[in-house]
Amino acid sequence: MSAELGQISLILALVLAALLSVLPMVGAQRNNQALMKLAPSLAIGQFVFLAGAFAALAAAFLKHDFTVTYVAMHSNLLLPWYYRLTAVWGSHEGSLLLWMLLLGGWMLAVAAFSRSVPRIFTARVLSVMGMISVGFLLFILFTSNPFERILPGPIDGRDLNPLLQDVGMIFHPPLLYMGYVGFAVAFAFAIAGLIGGRVEREWVRWSRPWTLAAWAFLTFGIALGSWWAYYELGWGGWWFWDPVENASFIPWLIGTALIHSQAVTEKRGAFPAWTVLLSIAAFSMSLLGTFLVRSGVLTSVHAFANDPERGLFILVFMAVVTGGALVLYALRAPRIMTGEGFDWVSRESALLLNNVFFTVSAAMVLLGTLYPLIIDFMGWGQISVGPPYFGAMFVLLMTPVVLLLPLGPFTRWKRDEFMRILRPLAVTAAISIVAALIVCAWLGSWSLRAVSGWIGGFWLVGGALAYAVRTARASRSGLARHQWGMTLAHAGVGVFLIGAAMVEAHTFERDVRIAPGETVEAAGYRFTLHEVAQVKGPNWRADEARFSIHKGEREIARMNPQKRLYHRGGQTMTQVALKPGVFRDLYIAMGEELGESGAWSVRLHVKPFVRWIWGGAVLIGLGGLIAASDRRYRKQRRQRAGAATASAAEATT
Amino acid sequence: MIRMLIPLGVFLALLGLLIAGLKTSEERKLVQSPLIGKPLPQFSLPGLYDANSVTGRTDLLGEPFILNVWGSWCWACRVEHPFVERLGREAPIELVGFNWKDEREDALAWIDQFGDAWDRHLVDYEGKVAIDLGVYGAPETFLVDHEGIIRHKHIGPIDANVFQDLMRRAMQLKAETES
Repeated sequence: MSAELGQISLILALVLAALLSVLPMVGAQRNNQALMKLAPSLAIGQFVFLAGAFAALAAAFLKHDFTVTYVAMHSNLLLPWYYRLTAVWGSHEGSLLLWMLLLGGWMLAVAAFSRSVPRIFTARVLSVMGMISVGFLLFILFTSNPFERILPGPIDGRDLNPLLQDVGMIFHPPLLYMGYVGFAVAFAFAIAGLIGGRVEREWVRWSRPWTLAAWAFLTFGIALGSWWAYYELGWGGWWFWDPVENASFIPWLIGTALIHSQAVTEKRGAFPAWTVLLSIAAFSMSLLGTFLVRSGVLTSVHAFANDPERGLFILVFMAVVTGGALVLYALRAPRIMTGEGFDWVSRESALLLNNVFFTVSAAMVLLGTLYPLIIDFMGWGQISVGPPYFGAMFVLLMTPVVLLLPLGPFTRWKRDEFMRILRPLAVTAAISIVAALIVCAWLGSWSLRAVSGWIGGFWLVGGALAYAVRTARASRSGLARHQWGMTLAHAGVGVFLIGAAMVEAHTFERDVRIAPGETVEAAGYRFTLHEVAQVKGPNWRADEARFSIHKGEREIARMNPQKRLYHRGGQTMTQVALKPGVFRDLYIAMGEELGESGAWSVRLHVKPFVRWIWGGAVLIGLGGLIAASDRRYRKQRRQRAGAATASAAEATT
Repeated sequence: MIRMLIPLGVFLALLGLLIAGLKTSEERKLVQSPLIGKPLPQFSLPGLYDANSVTGRTDLLGEPFILNVWGSWCWACRVEHPFVERLGREAPIELVGFNWKDEREDALAWIDQFGDAWDRHLVDYEGKVAIDLGVYGAPETFLVDHEGIIRHKHIGPIDANVFQDLMRRAMQLKAETES
């Protein structure tokens, strides 16, 4: 029964979304207050029905309702309840429902937290988001309905992909989608601004916390995905330049450019058209990401729901959304105000540089990801672009960013002098070089990557701290939230850089043959295999290797990697054993049993500073959230009450 | 105005590329197992009803046959089973069941419940022969000619269309062998 309720909820949500996409927009054009007032209620109603649909699908999973095809395909009687719950978004149909639920959630939040924004503007924003809802709800109902039944249902279902039976996978998609979908808010603000006819600093200010929050969630989502791939896929890498990873990374790069360009547009009124364009691009790239994952256009480890028909729908949807937005942009952008001029050396220039590097990086990743398609299209045969291309290009593009980043916050708006900026940072630069050399001497690592990683890392962290100290001294009230956020995020980049450089420079990796009773030495650690035992889990059985690890005479860890065979689906999975540490991770993955001798091939890794990669990413994301919570983005009504009536009046003209 | 149209132009070019990509991805789907045209690997496997019987590659040669990979744990195998039964009844060549990574009792209970569609059974408990065969996941169906060359492979459950296609190919193989 619950599946039908879910289906009906979904249809009702579609009806409300359709109303939302039309009525408030018409109201805003005709200055009809009653129609505009409908927007928040419709958004709330839509969210309620989306939540209902989601709950219905979750209930079907928990109750083992195998007459629902989606449940039968992705769950079975042996699956523990928490994985049944997360199986709701474990595959295509359900994950789209989650996408929609989150979009509904963002709309609810916009409806709830926009009291300081003029009604006409909120009406337009919610209406634009309603249009996006309509598209996605049609997509779900017509090509990917999770509530479809098979009668009679099977007695038991298939297994959830074992790769997804993991805590990292519980949170990775929701966080990633929060980011993707969150960019819809920035998109809707930009479109509402274009429809309103003028780009005003006000709406960019209102849009900033939403963009920051979405970007922060995307940061967490990507970091979590990287962490999951690191310990679950059994490869020991942390980033693979896989098309689907790139699909989430491109919107992140654009989003990074966007949050910086928004700062310029809000504070100085400069680059307004560029900010609008980036807002459109960030969401369009999120849609493109969805397309790449869902359509099977590119082959990837993630290819779990390939279907060209669905791909075509998303493509058409993207054509309408992005194409429409860009047409509107072409029509309205020439009327966009231009800000005050600025000098070569100024905060504006610094942020422009940031934008150049980040958008070029995004374009580079996009090009690399689509390169196989281009080659194929031109008939040059089939080729795949490997990590070397991305790695080389990325180091090239990000080196200037690392060098210049600490200078940015010290630079004044409009006009500054190079020497004035450099003077306070000269000490920081000197300290970071000396500190880096000391650390490298202590670690005994003199590779170019490690040394430059440490120098860059100290330079970024030191620069961020220097900024925080100076700003705190200069103002009586200390650092504002958005300044805290920026400091944290910029320091996070430094932490990340150190982790990435050390892992790339000094990872120790070896495949060994080892039998019970034997010991292998690797990077100063001694790995002893005691036995290989048979163990059973709720829905799998496994060969489990029992290792103890010694450094010197001291035992520092016991590790039990597994080779699992899942009962349903017959899939084998490598469950790596990890001994995490602040300064290094030990990592054991089991390969194959070698003959009848009881020996196994085993892969050992020692990964220095690998945690710093995700630690840095978490700092970056936290910085984004803290900045988003700054009240200055919301406290506008009193000062700007005049502006609100002005834009309401403008709609009537 | 013209300058403002540049983003739209870039986007349209991207869109064109993606549409083209979507088309070729459908063609790419047809790319099949690299083992097609290659001989069936050497093996010797026990039977299902009689664990002591041994069937090897040479026992199967001489006549073309269909090899159907299945397991009692495989949900999609249940979906395709009606068509597998029809293949067993209607196809002019032998239908060999390849029981993959399955407990013997489970497989026999499954056959009790859903019916034995196959003319002959092979049991690959450890899944080692399946690796040589290039099996990705059950169900999969192979067509093998009388010289032991793999001629066709279908991945995924058999539906009405696939059934027709397999029947046609089976008749061709039969005719080819007789001529």
